[in-house]
This record gives sequence, C-alpha cells and structure tokens, in this order.
Amino acid sequence: MCGIAGLIHRGKSSNVGSELQGMLQALKHRGEDSTGYALYGETDGKNFIMRFKVGENVGEGSSSIVEDVSVYDERKKIVDQTIVELGAKIVKEERTLPYSLRYEIDYNKKDLLEFSQQIENIPGVEILSMGKSLEVIKDLGNAKAVCERYSLDKLIGTHAIGHARMATESGVDIKSAHPFWGYPFSDVSVVHNGQLTNYWNNRRALENKGMRFMSECDSELIAVYLAEKMRAGASLEEGMKESLSGLDGVFTYFVATKDSLGMAKDTMAAKPLVLYESDELVAMGSEEIAIRSVLPQEIDTYDPFDGEVKVWQI
Amino acid sequence: MANIKSVTKKTKAQAMGMHSEVLTGRTQQKFFNPDEAENFYYFGTYDVDFNKRTDLDVKDMSAADANKEIDNLMSQGYGTIVIKNPQGKHSLGVGILNKLNLIFEGSLGYFGIGSCDGPTVRINGRVGWSCAENLMAGKVVIEKNAGSCFGAAIRGGDLICKGSVGARTGIDMKGGTIIIGGDAGAFTGFMMQRGRIIILGDVGINLGDSMYDGTIFVGGEIGSYGSDAIDSELTKSDQDWLKRKLRVAEIGENFDVSKMKKIVAGKKLWNYDNLEPTEKKGAI
Repeated sequence: MCGIAGLIHRGKSSNVGSELQGMLQALKHRGEDSTGYALYGETDGKNFIMRFKVGENVGEGSSSIVEDVSVYDERKKIVDQTIVELGAKIVKEERTLPYSLRYEIDYNKKDLLEFSQQIENIPGVEILSMGKSLEVIKDLGNAKAVCERYSLDKLIGTHAIGHARMATESGVDIKSAHPFWGYPFSDVSVVHNGQLTNYWNNRRALENKGMRFMSECDSELIAVYLAEKMRAGASLEEGMKESLSGLDGVFTYFVATKDSLGMAKDTMAAKPLVLYESDELVAMGSEEIAIRSVLPQEIDTYDPFDGEVKVWQI
Repeated sequence: MANIKSVTKKTKAQAMGMHSEVLTGRTQQKFFNPDEAENFYYFGTYDVDFNKRTDLDVKDMSAADANKEIDNLMSQGYGTIVIKNPQGKHSLGVGILNKLNLIFEGSLGYFGIGSCDGPTVRINGRVGWSCAENLMAGKVVIEKNAGSCFGAAIRGGDLICKGSVGARTGIDMKGGTIIIGGDAGAFTGFMMQRGRIIILGDVGINLGDSMYDGTIFVGGEIGSYGSDAIDSELTKSDQDWLKRKLRVAEIGENFDVSKMKKIVAGKKLWNYDNLEPTEKKGAI
C-alpha cells in the first residue's frame, strides 16, 4: 500500500524534520517495513552533503545478509581514500550508525556523475543522497523509530518528502526503501506510492543510456526516468508531464529539488492524494490525517485530478 | 423468506420516461409486515427523537470508539448528534440503519458514512475516498470537496457534494442519486448499473465507462466518453426532475438545466435483459 507525505514552506524555514515525522507516523498503518525522509535543510551552500551506507540494517524483518562491522570499517576506509583521489576533501563526518554515514565534502566540480560512479564502484557502498541541501535518511521501522535513530526531529529546513513503506515489489532493506535520489543530480529526490508495470522495459532502455539502478524496486525507476529527462535538457515539470505516458501502472509520486516540490498523479487516478495549499504552506499526503498532524485546525483540502502535475517553489 | 415481486406494471417514473430498467429476478430485500412488531425493525436499530440533541467530541477517540458512542447515544434516543473534531479520521458514522440527524463539524477521512440506511448526514468539511459506500437510503450532504469513489455501489438515497469530487464517482452504483456542485474526475459512473448522477461542473475522461444502465447529467465540459456511454435527448421531464432535485439539494439554484447533457448506456457491451438464459450463464 505505502504512504507518502510532503510539505513545503514558502518564504520561511520550519522544523521540517519533526513535521514530516508526524505526517509519516500518521500513515504508519499504510506500511512500516521501512520509512524514509528527504529533508531540505538550511545550509551555507558551500559543501556537498553526502549520505551513504556501507552496509544494510540486518535487524528484525530485514532481508539482508548479516555482515561483520569490520567489513563496514573497511568499506569506509576505501570511501575516504577514493574521495581524496577524486580531489575532494571531507570537511565533516558523522557516523550515525555502523552502516550509515553523513559526510560534508568540499568538491568543486558541478558534475557528480564521475564522483558518484567512483564511490559506488566500491562493493557494498551506496550513496543515498548528494546535494547542498538534500539529506536522504531511510531505514527499517516506522517514522518515529527512524526519526529517533537519526535524531531528525530538530532539523530546520524549507521542504521535505517522505515515505512509509509496505514492501511488495522488492525486499525489506534500505536499498529498496524510499526516497530515491535522482542520481546523479544534486538535491533531487523522489517518493512513490503505487506499482509500475513497465519497469523492466524502461530499466533496460535507461541502462542502455548509461543510467544507474541500485535496487530492484520499481519506484526507483521514477527517479532514474526523471534524471534522464533532465539530463537530456527537460525541466523538472516537463519530465514529470512526460512520465504520465512514459510510465505505465498506477502511481502518485512526489519529487523535490533544492527549491521546489512537485506531485504527479497517473491518468487512472488510482492512488490517493490529499492536498492543502496556501500562500505560506503546501502539505500533501496519501490521507488527510497526515496533513492534520501539522494543521489540526479546520482547513480546505482537495484531491488532485487524474493526470495532474503540480510544482511549487519555496 | 423474502417475497419475489414481479414488476410488470410501469411505475410512474417509467411512464414519464425517467428510466427504462425493469427490476426482475431474485431480491434480497426483506419485506416487513407492520403487524408483526418483532420483525418490523432491523436488528441494532433505534427509535430516536430528533429533538433530543447532543454533542460528541471525537478528537481523542479512535474511529471504532466513536462509532460505538454514536450507537450508544442512539440507544438512549438521541436523534440529533453533532460530532466535533473528526479531524480526517477514517470510517466514522458507519452502519447506521435508522433515521438520525448526524452533523459532522469538520472533515472525514476514508470510508465515512459507509453501509448506512436512513440517516440524514451533513458534513461541514471534506470527505476522503469512498464516502457513503453502499448507502441504501437517507441523505448525505458534504459542504466542501470529496475524494475518489464517492458513492461507490450505493443502492439508494441522495448523496450531495457541494464542491468537487475525485475519480470513479458512483462506481458500480445500483440506485439513488449523486449530485456534484463542482467538477468530477475520471471514470465517473464507471460500471454504474442504475441510479442517476448530476454534475454541474466539468468531468474528466472516460465518463460512464462500461455503464450498464442509469443516467448521468453533466452541466460542464466532458473530458471524453467511456466505452458504451452515449448521448441521449434531455426531455422536459428530465429537466423538471433536475430542477426539483437541485432545489431539494440546495445547490445550483440558478443553474440552467436545459443546457445539460444526458448520458446513458448504449447497451452494446453487456445487456443482460437481451441475453438468452444460456448466454447469461456464460456472461457470469
């Protein structure tokens, strides 16, 4: 089933970590195999923030293979060494969990493709996100558990999207959890509710164009599809509109960039979405109770129609 | 044992050309004999007094607890119940099988007012997916917007949304009337079998797709017609009925019903009435 939620404050920052946690926790009955956050925080914009993992969460319910922590340490060392070889500098590093790390990196090149490829060539290493504002945090468990594990409740930012997952198309692990980074584009993330039925056809075509897939989760296709469209010169909104015919199946998805938040709904309108929109705030989720967690007062909400694409700027 | 009624005589509505369907076959409807007092009421229904009014704040209650409390209040004879702070909770106000004046001061989540038979419900906010599913009788009025599958499989009653609704409004409906003040999404009237839908605004693609019978009236633009949905002539009696219905629904007071489009089933896909018994078996 899965639940998705997103919000964007227009013209100001807020405690988006705590707000998104409340929204996703309200949707936990839609799935709590894993929960993911894509948070766009306040930064000075100088350094890249790279969230990556060197292993999987092998806790209860996980479909991953158990590995020794020393394996994680070894992978981290190779990552550190590769970063230096790429001409980048680690300004700050945090190891939240043995398998999950956050680096602030001084890197001057705009093209992240070579950098990302070199890092992900290291077996067992996956970049969850890279950008000057975006941080993707995803792990097994419900929204509250993940928020507490990564201390996300104090994160200040302008916008965020998140996902409460009931695993159906692929395993219960971090690599299949949402949000997906729009590799190799800085600060692009995607969450999806639904099923895509032309996944393999699209995947083969995109891989032939040099695009990278890290999981077998059908939702990852949306991030890769949009990234390829943008690489070919399309705007985010143009790519989203093309996806309505390019992607087959049922879907409602959100995509966020450094300064915008968008939604798209398939032409069958088969997946739910409730939307609240004002000059100060846009909040949306699979169910109204998600929006109510940040706006308990009486508000006007609506369901976007079939085939609708909307994009808001901060 | 339920009676089987054969309808050979034209009803007044049929004589006026309002609908062509003829009820045949077995029915699950139970016919009550007023002389048999013990069989006169549904199980779990109450005789309520509309003048006996109370408020119920459900802010800190689960949907199940809130519904139990509504049932408890009805058992005490309360006929007007005002629900405070529904805050988008799912499945509120379901399974009410007697007359009741139920008012929600706020919005409902999914599956609100499901499987009801008789109450008059007013929702001062918005409703989520599948509102009033399987409604048998009564009246439900939504002041703001509604989600998808609005009035799915209703058998009777009036369902009124003053705002806009999502996709698949009236899917599989078998009777009753759905009235929309604003726009409606894709697949409105999908697989509808009987009943009527009135939309004052625009509708999305595939209107009336695979409809068996029933009638859809549209005041605005139509995205596209679904399989087997065709235009039909808007008669004088249609217009009179539309005016009366809109007046009762307190909606579209000055709406010009003469310009509405009437959409019915072409009956090219499946028309059970014209099938031979052996073909019916194959169709099922």
